[in-house]
Amino acid sequence: MGFVFSRDGFAEVIRQLGSRYRIYAPVLKKGEGRFTDTDVVRYDYVKNFDEIELEKRSDYSFKEILLPVSGTLFYFTEDKVTEPEMDDREILVFVRSCDLHAVKRFDQIYLHNGQERDWFYERVRDRLKFVLIGCRESFDDCFCVDMHTNESTDGYVFSVEEADGEIYSDLKEEGLRELFSGNSVREEDKAPAHVETNKIFVSVPDEVPVSICKDKVWDEYDSRCIGCGRCTLVCPTCTCFTMEDIYYSDNGKVGERRRVHASCMIDGYSNVAGGGEYRKKHGERMRFKVLHKISDFKKKFGYQMCVGCGRCDMVCPEYISFSECINKVDRAIRSAEDGKEAQA
Amino acid sequence: MSNPYIPFASKILDVKKHTQKEYTFRMEYHGEVKPGQFFEVSVPKFGEAPISVSGIGDGYVELTIRRVGRVTNEVFENYVGDSLLMRGPYGNGFDISIFDHGETLVVAGGTGVSPVRGVIEALAASPAAKDTHVIVGFRSPADMLFRSDLEEWKDKLDLVLTVDGAPEGYAGNIGLVTKYIPQIQLRDVSAAKAIVVGPPPMMRFSIMGFLDMGFREENIWVSNERKMCCGLGKCGHCRIGDKYVCLDGPVFNYTESKNLID
Repeated sequence: MGFVFSRDGFAEVIRQLGSRYRIYAPVLKKGEGRFTDTDVVRYDYVKNFDEIELEKRSDYSFKEILLPVSGTLFYFTEDKVTEPEMDDREILVFVRSCDLHAVKRFDQIYLHNGQERDWFYERVRDRLKFVLIGCRESFDDCFCVDMHTNESTDGYVFSVEEADGEIYSDLKEEGLRELFSGNSVREEDKAPAHVETNKIFVSVPDEVPVSICKDKVWDEYDSRCIGCGRCTLVCPTCTCFTMEDIYYSDNGKVGERRRVHASCMIDGYSNVAGGGEYRKKHGERMRFKVLHKISDFKKKFGYQMCVGCGRCDMVCPEYISFSECINKVDRAIRSAEDGKEAQA
Repeated sequence: MSNPYIPFASKILDVKKHTQKEYTFRMEYHGEVKPGQFFEVSVPKFGEAPISVSGIGDGYVELTIRRVGRVTNEVFENYVGDSLLMRGPYGNGFDISIFDHGETLVVAGGTGVSPVRGVIEALAASPAAKDTHVIVGFRSPADMLFRSDLEEWKDKLDLVLTVDGAPEGYAGNIGLVTKYIPQIQLRDVSAAKAIVVGPPPMMRFSIMGFLDMGFREENIWVSNERKMCCGLGKCGHCRIGDKYVCLDGPVFNYTESKNLID
């Protein structure tokens, strides 16, 4: 069921939802970008509708709610191990369609890879509900259409998008009908907006032969990539973490074990005790990351990992394009196949 | 819902010193465990490290730990009577029933002996002992681990002990394990099985040696060492291709591992 609101009407909905839920949404942070006088859109808890950025794509993804940049797993006190308490309230997370698809990838790893479900992940995940931000236009570097994540028909409580000064919302949860109808100007069924075409096109190879690992397509990244890992830190489908222990300098008997973001692009990711290290070259790391996103994950779980949000292209300080890399890999595979056929 | 990240305290029952930097800790443990599996061993405030099981017995497991990292350095400060935090066992481990009949060649280097020690012990105690060949290599005579085991194994199975290099006057074998692989006498190499565990270059060249001798790819097994934070298939560090070393390994058949490109 669909509703149309004035901005004020919808603000009232958000205000009332705020007493039941915590609201986690993209927020435009003025002057907090990487360079002087630049802005950044990051996720944060909000109280008011006005704080939510509905037009720009967030530079960092929603994933920090599920996998905080640094999160305490438990405290060590003397001989006891204690898990931290957490806020009981449910959380409404505002996401675009690509990110909603990314949640499925997170669930795949944290809940369904291996026998064990991740306790820390699940207790947050159980509290999350999603609000779909409609995409009326593609951003410059999105390629969601080719990754089949441009549309979401379920998995959200309600949708939100702004058109001609009005807010359109597709409500899925019956329990909110009264709140929505009471504050709307009219009822009107309208599927959440989604883009049908992007400016970027990728051709994802159906089969990736092992031989591509040795292809020269990766060589350029040895020098172009600086191994900063930004691409993976903004990625809504990068799920890796490292655990580390710290102790409090004032009391050496007390400390905590933390989980922090980890990245296969950053030094130290594969280091084993005694000095062993895999993938020292940045081109090898690029290969490891790209093939995970477009082949290895799919081999294991049956669908592509990359959702085509394009954030990695925008954040790279060396202007490396992930989507262009996919196309380069595809061309390399095709030309290798053509070469084989020509020989035969 | 139980939390798989919470470690349990395990008492240190005994400590055996092999070298200056390699000790075997006998840890209290009741439960199923296979050779080749590993535990995440932790010292609060210093972190966790994956350590393979080097021995299995009634009410205990043995962990051979090399003092090479932040966590393992700290483990060495703990001795009998103290305890360590552990969780596990993780990984698939070796399936002994594959190896306890017919001819088997086990090649292990350095701390790589740990994951196969349980396999060698099981084979030494089985009727297959006479068909079991073991090549064990260490960097130098001073780096040798499991000396008393080596003495015992020598009498039960065909053992070649070698060192990469030794001071003048050393009477034993000198040379890489790969030098001794072609010298192993097998009745039917096409049916024989091989296991190799050790540093990556050693594994690579040993496998080349096996294949040259006529071992079939599907009869070769390896155990891979990788960084693992969780052991549960979540942290991502040990992934190679579509495999997670902590879930699908660390023991892989060569037909699988040959396609895993780091």
